[in-house]
Amino acid sequence: MLEIDIARKIYPDRGGRSHVALQGLRLAARPGEFLCLVGPSGCGKSTLLNLIIGLDRDMEGRVTLDGRVPDKGIGVMFQEPRLMPWLSVLDNVLLVADDPQQARPRAIELLRAMELGDVLHTYPGRLSGGMQRRVALARAFVIEPPLLLMDEPFVSLDAPTADRLRSMLVDLWQRRRSTIVFVTHDLREALALADRVCFLSAAPGRVVLEMSVELPRPRAPNDVAVLELQARLLAQHPDLLAGLVTTEPPNDA
Amino acid sequence: MTGSGQGVRETRTPRGAAHVTGQGGSGEGMRGASAASRSRQPGGAGLRLGSILVFLLLWQVLAATLQSATLPAPVVVFQRLLAEISSLTLPWHLSITLARVGVSFLLAMVIGTAIGIAMGHWRRLDMFLDTWLVLGLNIPALVTIILCYVWFGLNDWAAIVAVAINKIPTVVVTVREGARTVDPRLMQVAAAYRLTRGRTFVRVYLPQLYPYLMAAARAGLSLIWKIVLVVELLGRSNGIGFQLNVFFQFFDIAGILAYTLVFATVVLLIEAIALRPLERRLTEWRG
Repeated sequence: MLEIDIARKIYPDRGGRSHVALQGLRLAARPGEFLCLVGPSGCGKSTLLNLIIGLDRDMEGRVTLDGRVPDKGIGVMFQEPRLMPWLSVLDNVLLVADDPQQARPRAIELLRAMELGDVLHTYPGRLSGGMQRRVALARAFVIEPPLLLMDEPFVSLDAPTADRLRSMLVDLWQRRRSTIVFVTHDLREALALADRVCFLSAAPGRVVLEMSVELPRPRAPNDVAVLELQARLLAQHPDLLAGLVTTEPPNDA
Repeated sequence: MTGSGQGVRETRTPRGAAHVTGQGGSGEGMRGASAASRSRQPGGAGLRLGSILVFLLLWQVLAATLQSATLPAPVVVFQRLLAEISSLTLPWHLSITLARVGVSFLLAMVIGTAIGIAMGHWRRLDMFLDTWLVLGLNIPALVTIILCYVWFGLNDWAAIVAVAINKIPTVVVTVREGARTVDPRLMQVAAAYRLTRGRTFVRVYLPQLYPYLMAAARAGLSLIWKIVLVVELLGRSNGIGFQLNVFFQFFDIAGILAYTLVFATVVLLIEAIALRPLERRLTEWRG
């Protein structure tokens, strides 16, 4: 169980003043749940992921995974693939494994499942953007993470490529059942992927709305059901994506 | 507040519908291999050989025209070269010089790389050491050599330290530039996956410095060769530099040219057999 309770996360800005990025943010994800975080630009989504990963620990509050501060074994996918250009596709995936020799068969199997079996020993620079994202996805799954954090991983891809990657992601998630926290600013993408969607307000970010998505799988962002759900949601909360839903923050925030 | 989506029958729309999640979409498939298949210039080896032959021809013509002891013909120099090799004098002095070059080179690269990384990483250390660095870059090699001999005596370690001290500042400058360009996003990947310090350094950090390390190594080798000869000339009783000094005393131009030829050939061989293949191997991912 991932539990997040952040009273406040402050950044000093260039003028020496404090900028509150997150405030009164409470969130939990059940084991094996696919949770999407949606919010406007600058609402602190990436900041939140950095706090969960542990790249940043400077905050008032706590983040726990199964009751402990998350340490090793978290899978991460950033906005860009961030592959090491000097390592082959296979070596990039094995880089994050504790025991590369032991993980090798698993890495090859994952890469083959992602139709990358022919480029195991190719350098990432020779691959397209879509293929690089698939390698990054394999890298995230090779450690069989209990928690996978994804920061707008399919942004800047063309629609068919992004659809294909989403389908691969859901397929992997259904087989391995990692908890996934997926950050996006694309509501349709969130509705197509998530078990549950949490909407964040504009900075300082906090959860202003949660909703379960009970549409049957598989889904795609352009499915009629997804589009209808999106339309209903926006009709109910017209300012939702601007982060302007007016909900009082918790008193102790 | 918790809303709830409605269970709606699955409906798929055709793929490729207008849905762009970001700018500058990127698709599937391998990229063109044009960069990777950069072909070598045809006839390059022939041109090089031709260049050497023309050089020898010009030398022969000049020697025949001048008819002077100050410029012996190529044949005379090659005969002298064979004599020096067969007597094992040249291999002996060459091996000593090579050993000095090797140790000085390693010392300069290791120390220079460590300082360069530290200065590239820590701004305050960079500011503190920058003046020392400028000083190191501008002190003439001859001064360092003389001071090392005076302070440490006329021995091999003084010679090696003198050469290394001359080279370290240039390695530092090059590696520092590399350390400043290390991609923090890749380091973040290493941190996010909790890679060990050792694996992060070897697999993530160091490869980003390879081009800079290779530049420092190649420039360093050519510089160190030259300084080692001066060091040997000034204060050692063996090595190529010492021999050149002896030939100079006896006005033995054929000997000077014979040793110089060997010296230049060995440098070219090290470049061709060791440094270039190493550089190709370390940077082959660039295509």
